[in-house]
Amino acid sequence: MSAVGGAAGPVLQVEDLRVRFQRRGEVATHAVDGVSFAVAPGETVGLVGESGCGKSVTSLATMGLLPKRGVHVSGSVKLDGEELLGAGDRTLRKLRGKDMAMVFQDPLSSLNPTVTIGTQVVEVLAEHRGMKGDAARREAEDLLDRVGIPDPRRRLGEYPHQLSGGMRQRALIAMSLACSPRLLIADEPTTALDVTIQAQILELLRDLVQGSGTALVMITHDLGVVAGLCDRVHVMYAGRIIETAERRDLFARPRHPYTGGLLASVPRLDGGRGAPLTPIRGSARDTIPWTQGCAFAPRCDVALDDCLVEVSGSEVELADDGAGRQLRCRHPLTPAVPTAGAHP
Amino acid sequence: MTEPLLRVEGLQVHFPIKRGVFVDRTVGHVKAVDGVDLTIDRGTTYGLVGESGCGKSTLGRAILRLEEPTAGQVWFDGVDVASLRPEPLRHMRRRMQMVFQDPLGSLDPRQDVESLLAEPLKAHGLGGSGAEIAKRLRELLDSVGLPAAALRRYPHEFSGGQRQRIGIARAITVEPDLLIADEPVSALDVSVQAQVVNLLEELQERLGLTYLVIAHDLAVVRHISDVVGVMYLGSLVEQAPADALYETPLHPYTRALMSAVPVPDPVVEDARERILLSGDLPSPANPPSGCRFHTRCPWRQETRCDDEVPVLRELAPGHLVSCHWAEDVRDGVLQPRSAEQVAATQGVAVAATGTEAGSDGFVGGVDEPISYH
Repeated sequence: MSAVGGAAGPVLQVEDLRVRFQRRGEVATHAVDGVSFAVAPGETVGLVGESGCGKSVTSLATMGLLPKRGVHVSGSVKLDGEELLGAGDRTLRKLRGKDMAMVFQDPLSSLNPTVTIGTQVVEVLAEHRGMKGDAARREAEDLLDRVGIPDPRRRLGEYPHQLSGGMRQRALIAMSLACSPRLLIADEPTTALDVTIQAQILELLRDLVQGSGTALVMITHDLGVVAGLCDRVHVMYAGRIIETAERRDLFARPRHPYTGGLLASVPRLDGGRGAPLTPIRGSARDTIPWTQGCAFAPRCDVALDDCLVEVSGSEVELADDGAGRQLRCRHPLTPAVPTAGAHP
Repeated sequence: MTEPLLRVEGLQVHFPIKRGVFVDRTVGHVKAVDGVDLTIDRGTTYGLVGESGCGKSTLGRAILRLEEPTAGQVWFDGVDVASLRPEPLRHMRRRMQMVFQDPLGSLDPRQDVESLLAEPLKAHGLGGSGAEIAKRLRELLDSVGLPAAALRRYPHEFSGGQRQRIGIARAITVEPDLLIADEPVSALDVSVQAQVVNLLEELQERLGLTYLVIAHDLAVVRHISDVVGVMYLGSLVEQAPADALYETPLHPYTRALMSAVPVPDPVVEDARERILLSGDLPSPANPPSGCRFHTRCPWRQETRCDDEVPVLRELAPGHLVSCHWAEDVRDGVLQPRSAEQVAATQGVAVAATGTEAGSDGFVGGVDEPISYH
């Protein structure tokens, strides 16, 4: 079902990932509901969607960071062919930080406030690369320098609160790069930052992917970030992927009404003043379970009766939709202007 | 009616930095807003943009006198708000209202929507009898697109977008002239953002409101503003009609800011040239000398930038910019340098001035000398 990217095989292969949150006496919530995707070396894949669509839970499940109690994860997550779901804590701890690393949205809460930056970076090096003393210190300095932190020696002796937001995010990226991971998952890495700092961080990630062949999963709600950074984009809604396409293809010809709606509702810096914004009706709360029909149908302008299972008799499936595209929709948007020369 | 609704002159807000255990010594000031002039015409929208820490929110609060200005005047409809006594100020506040960023944090969780909306009416002695208030509230909810059934519900029962609608309804209950919206949509999902932006525009058209919209999202500001002002470290660096500003940004900071905003279009993104700034915002407690942007400016020149404070001057009709070299930057006479080069030269320059002037305490961020090998 999912495409194998590149000749060397994907770094990360997620197949039919499902995450169910169950509290006693309550109806289970399917936060992630059958998500499949693959990331090749040097590729950047974007997971896009609004809050509550399951993009962050997907990344946490991939890293094995979800709590055990009340959470049921099924499917398959393979890193270089090795199954991660069901792997023991010890195995995962060895992989995390070494072969796969994660950068979170809020750098302040992902750094230990009581320990200096230097100690935190050295800890990673000691744990995964067996480095000690001066050698580790020098390597840590080098890492901070690589992510563009000025005067790295002084910064190593400082605590997280002494650094600015952009600097903290850089330090976090430096830590995640310490072992040149094969896979980096970035969960809204620039959302808490100012635009000029965001541009610096995105540039850093771009260089990283191009330079070292790291596979990058970029989780974001910002379509602008996706447009500039990602090779392939998966748009998620209510726990499922609803549209997949190459970056240029997706923005030129959004096929799912939700993707189209998202694009029409963001004001563009290069758009004219007063160009009307067309918001999507309602909010992310107005969904129906996928088992009853298309979850987006209540907010969709082009939904018809057969979007409901009751009428059509079957769920809306994610199906191939031309070269490199997949779509979960019965009534896709007809592209207003077909792009000549692009994928047919 | 040619008199602008709001005229701000030389507004300053300085916060003292206190030290000491027994005696509060003032060791310095954070110059959050440091001499801002702006005017807003009736029925128009002024967009104020800048990064966090540039003083845009403080400026908005100082206009309403939620923050006491250190110096300067705020003329609202011919009255100086900055020197108003408490009681007249309270009456004046009816005409100037605020919409906050976080709708959940600015609504009392234990009040239902009816009492939330009726409170400002009662506070200002408006509204009349219970029946009249009830009627007014229903109209209000209708105008912000909420059902009348919402009256009996509490803030936590609503989604983010709906809460922001309640926040807006609360602000317009008392029929203000000026609405200051501080980051009105930045806490909302993109699809919902557009709903609130559209609502603000619709209300302006119908009620003839004047807006001051404070936001960090340049695309949103461009969309709703007539005039846009760009702030950096407490002062305005550029102000222009929205279209002019976005077509020909003159100040190097505005240029860098614009080039950093991602555009949801891969074709545009691939073709764009980015101006990357080096480092972070310097500390407003100890702003750089001369032009405050010179420590990060890709166009910085050897002369004037470091020691001469640029004034806001008019380069085109209505287009104000505070940069010594704005014409040369615009005409392409001066070429920008890369972020690395800026950081490198800056390190040397600051180190040199530092030895002359002697150590003047803590200098944060990019003002540190940077050694490059």
